[in-house]
Amino acid sequence: MTVTAQHRRAVLKRTLSRGLQYLVLVIFTLIVLVPIVILVFGALKTRGEMYSLPYTIPNPPHWENFGKILSQSSFWTMLRNSLLVMVSTTLSVLAICSLAAFVFARLNFKGKNLLFNFLTLGLMFPITVAIMPVFLVIREMQLTNTHLAVILVQTAFQISGNIMILHGFFQAIPTELQDAAYIDGCNAFDFFWRILLPLARPALSAVGALTMIASWNDLLTPLVFIDKDVLWTLPLGTMQFQGQYGQDLALVAAFVTLSAVPTLIFYLFAERQIVSGLTAGALKG
Amino acid sequence: MDIPIARHALKSGGEKRQTSRKGQNRLTIILFLLPALALFTVFLIYPIVRSVYFSQFDWNGLGPAVKYVGLENFKRILSDKIFMTAVKNGLLIVVLSLTLQLPLSLALAIMVGRELPGRVFFRTIFFMPYVLSEVITGIIWLGLFNPDPERGFINALLVLIGLQPQTFLGNINQALPCIFVVLTWKYFGLHMLLFMAGLQNIPKELEEAARIDGANSWQIIKNVTIPLLSGTIRTSVYLSVVGALTQFNLVWIMTKGGPVNATEVMATYMYRYGFVRFWLGYGSAVALVMLLICLIFSIVYLKLVRPPDYLGTY
Repeated sequence: MTVTAQHRRAVLKRTLSRGLQYLVLVIFTLIVLVPIVILVFGALKTRGEMYSLPYTIPNPPHWENFGKILSQSSFWTMLRNSLLVMVSTTLSVLAICSLAAFVFARLNFKGKNLLFNFLTLGLMFPITVAIMPVFLVIREMQLTNTHLAVILVQTAFQISGNIMILHGFFQAIPTELQDAAYIDGCNAFDFFWRILLPLARPALSAVGALTMIASWNDLLTPLVFIDKDVLWTLPLGTMQFQGQYGQDLALVAAFVTLSAVPTLIFYLFAERQIVSGLTAGALKG
Repeated sequence: MDIPIARHALKSGGEKRQTSRKGQNRLTIILFLLPALALFTVFLIYPIVRSVYFSQFDWNGLGPAVKYVGLENFKRILSDKIFMTAVKNGLLIVVLSLTLQLPLSLALAIMVGRELPGRVFFRTIFFMPYVLSEVITGIIWLGLFNPDPERGFINALLVLIGLQPQTFLGNINQALPCIFVVLTWKYFGLHMLLFMAGLQNIPKELEEAARIDGANSWQIIKNVTIPLLSGTIRTSVYLSVVGALTQFNLVWIMTKGGPVNATEVMATYMYRYGFVRFWLGYGSAVALVMLLICLIFSIVYLKLVRPPDYLGTY
């Protein structure tokens, strides 16, 4: 009798605390989602509705704002610019960092630790700190107003973190494989190209996904290096659009929604890679 | 997280054999490291070294830097009240992050725990703001903080519950806390994600043993879970501090450092002088001061607190 009463009380207590847990989590879910939902709702309203009924469900939804933006060539130019920069930066980061991480994880030479520490110095400060000095060098090289400058600088600032992540992954691949490959007559490059890289595909997609997001969202580099509007990337263009059409809140909301959509779709597909990349080192051992 | 990580496993065997292939390996090493070293040196190290030189000039970018002023720029920065406000605001964001944002993330991570049904759903939602760009985040929140309750959602809520609408970003005292709210909205998911990953690594048996020994939930969290998470916490603290000290995008989009420097941080100060006024020498000096502050913090932190397990890329 008392045992069941006790048991019942324990169950009740657990249900209560579960309920409380869910309550808190749902509140935070709302805090995260409501701003995004308000944005999307705003995008689907006319300018007049935005002022009279700013937070209601758009009824009926007006797609004209999207049409207006998508029919401007400037949006497509920005999209293309952003894609170009993102793809180039991501491919460069993958190539450069996997080569270097392979050397650090698999080969031995004098001064290895010193070089590794040097290349991971970039972890100590983000690009914001160095943007002024970097700008001066880019200006000296006469690379301002080029996408090349954005790509090179984004890549340079991605090196430290990604070498670190890939180094960890590469070290986890059993050495026996390397020995076997050498016995079969592979050289270091064969091993890297035919065995290590295919095995490290999850790591490469993690690094790739993180780099894509960082490059796609980057504002500072294009802001500082580029002022020709035909070269603007989406974040830079979005900021300028907001400055220019700030009064037409519905139109701005549509623009922001359109520039957020690719990111959110990408996130839903690549969440696993992003998460594994970010937590790579935190899951030590 | 199906990727195995065994950092120091099986290290020696293969490496010894490789020494016999020295010549070929040397070429491989040089060729493989060259791109990384070249880019890193040219676009990261060299600019910083070069700016040590430029920082000693009064230079407006027209023509070469000729007006040498020695350490004058640095003296001026350190005696500029606005710069000190920027440092103070940065430190305030650091303090708020460490006392509010990280504990919140930790509490949510513990709440979601390891097996709460729907944990992946919550993780997906909470992490979403992190992948949105700062531009998008900033514009969304500019709208939410609109001082007019007819347009700003937060003021509409305040009016709904019978409070006065606030000016928020236009108010000297409210602007910085508002920026902090947005920073928290954007970044708590990242820290929560790291904490969740850390929790995954703590053997469940330890907490169960504590429970059998009669510890209550709070005691378990305090004496078992948090100490075992200390590696992840150190990483989070590091990312949080460096991120707060170098914050630029959100502040620039939402307030440009205003009103009356109320949200000025070091990076907006640098941008204003370096890029808007185009005082290149002075801007370089500000960049170096920021860099020095970051480096000193990093070195002291790594020395005192032991290296974090992982330093993020941003």
